[in-house]
Amino acid sequence: MSLLGAYALYVLSAYAVSLVLLAGLVWLSWRRAERVRAALARVEGVRADG
Amino acid sequence: MSFWEYANPKKFMVTTAPVLPWLFAAAGVALVTGLVWGFFFTPEEARQGSTVKIIYLHVPSAMMAINAWVMMLVASLIWLVRRHHVSALAARAAGPVGMVMTLIALATGAIWGQPMWGTWWVWDPRLTSFLILFLFYLGYIALWEAIDDPDTAADLTAVLCIVGSVFAVLSRYAVNFWNQGLHQGASLSMDKQENVANVFYIPLLVSIAGFVLLFLSLVILRTRTEIRVRRIRALEARAQQGEGRA
Amino acid sequence: MIALLRRDLRLAVRAGGGFGLGLAFFLIVIVLVPFGVGPEGAVLARIAPGMLWVAALLAALLSLDRIFALDQEDGSLPLLATSPLPLEAVALAKGVAHWLTTGLPLTLAAPGLGVLLNLAPGAYGWLVLSLALGTPALSMIGTFGAALTVGIRRGGLLMSLLVLPLYVPVLIFGAEVVRRGAEGMAVATPLAMLGGVTAGCLAALPFATAAALRINLR
Repeated sequence: MSLLGAYALYVLSAYAVSLVLLAGLVWLSWRRAERVRAALARVEGVRADG
Repeated sequence: MSFWEYANPKKFMVTTAPVLPWLFAAAGVALVTGLVWGFFFTPEEARQGSTVKIIYLHVPSAMMAINAWVMMLVASLIWLVRRHHVSALAARAAGPVGMVMTLIALATGAIWGQPMWGTWWVWDPRLTSFLILFLFYLGYIALWEAIDDPDTAADLTAVLCIVGSVFAVLSRYAVNFWNQGLHQGASLSMDKQENVANVFYIPLLVSIAGFVLLFLSLVILRTRTEIRVRRIRALEARAQQGEGRA
Repeated sequence: MIALLRRDLRLAVRAGGGFGLGLAFFLIVIVLVPFGVGPEGAVLARIAPGMLWVAALLAALLSLDRIFALDQEDGSLPLLATSPLPLEAVALAKGVAHWLTTGLPLTLAAPGLGVLLNLAPGAYGWLVLSLALGTPALSMIGTFGAALTVGIRRGGLLMSLLVLPLYVPVLIFGAEVVRRGAEGMAVATPLAMLGGVTAGCLAALPFATAAALRINLR
């Protein structure tokens, strides 16, 4: 990692932690959105959106 | 056509449905551009070496951590004054997003602090304020989760958000005062804006734009989810009533 | 309002629990501190102002969930809401009652516990003064937290989570007064700030508390 020099570990871990947190947030939000959408579709019977 | 029409859940759903994918795409593009630019194509700063690259995560997430709370405050006020459900649900949707932003700001700050200040954590006013902000987010989210009735939950969390905002500002000043009391003048300044050159500045702006767009996308997505949860509740309640009658 | 205050005080004294419990908790925490950090007088004297304030704050937290929970259980809370007394006054009375049964005893007991922590001689006056000035704010904030969580079963833990971050400014200014007093420095600034926070809490928080109560009683 000559690109980052002596602090490579710090910089990489900062990016890793942030990206994992962001990805986790997006993934959880998305999964819940899909589940709720499916549940609503089931309850409403016909329409999927609205 | 007034702005308040979007406070109608149905209108909100219809309007945001086609916008949301584009918003997510724009957020992705801006984030990737800003971070890749910052990570690979900016020089190292003389004093900080390559750790300066953490700025592209730290500054945007810290900004969004505060802005998310401000957004929650505005949404709470709108809810209390005008009783638009979308507003209350948007405040609820923003809570966890803001908390994660605070966490990112704290984590990247700690990782930057270790090589630069020689410690993961100092009780610097800014760091301390963010830790307190994180606690506020925890309490706010916990209160939402704890109350069953949706309108009561919306009202109580809105009141908490307003009172919390006052105390958050108060804590910010108190903490400033407290740290000066500890070591006079020799506080660690995190204000890098003064000497940020253009090479760092432009990718930082792109990165900030990415975080803003991502925040908006996530809040809209989560608000849509909450609206659907409401609708399921309402439909189920109606179904139960129907059964009771039959 | 006076009648409500009297009633709350009588209940607190008769039920026993809340009254003595906070004091006992305060004592125990202070006794535990030297076991944790060691018996060196210099170290204890250095951390005494902060520890006394943190312990007092936690002790004040203990009895908060009783403020409205008892009224909620026996159904007198809706009665209070429909009485001619405005709910804001009820909130204020509840806060004052909590302070008289918790904050005031803690303030009076603090110098005795300061001895255990080897508090600097010059700081005792400031300790009592800062606690007397700061604990009303703790009671008012706590009343607000209790009002928020009154409808929640087992809301005590949640209430701690909500209330403790709100205690930060009071704790900072309060402990700072004692610390400066112990070192013989000027205490006017933190003392004024502490007084300001308390005055603001007393003036504004009853309205927030009443709002939370109304929402919960709907």
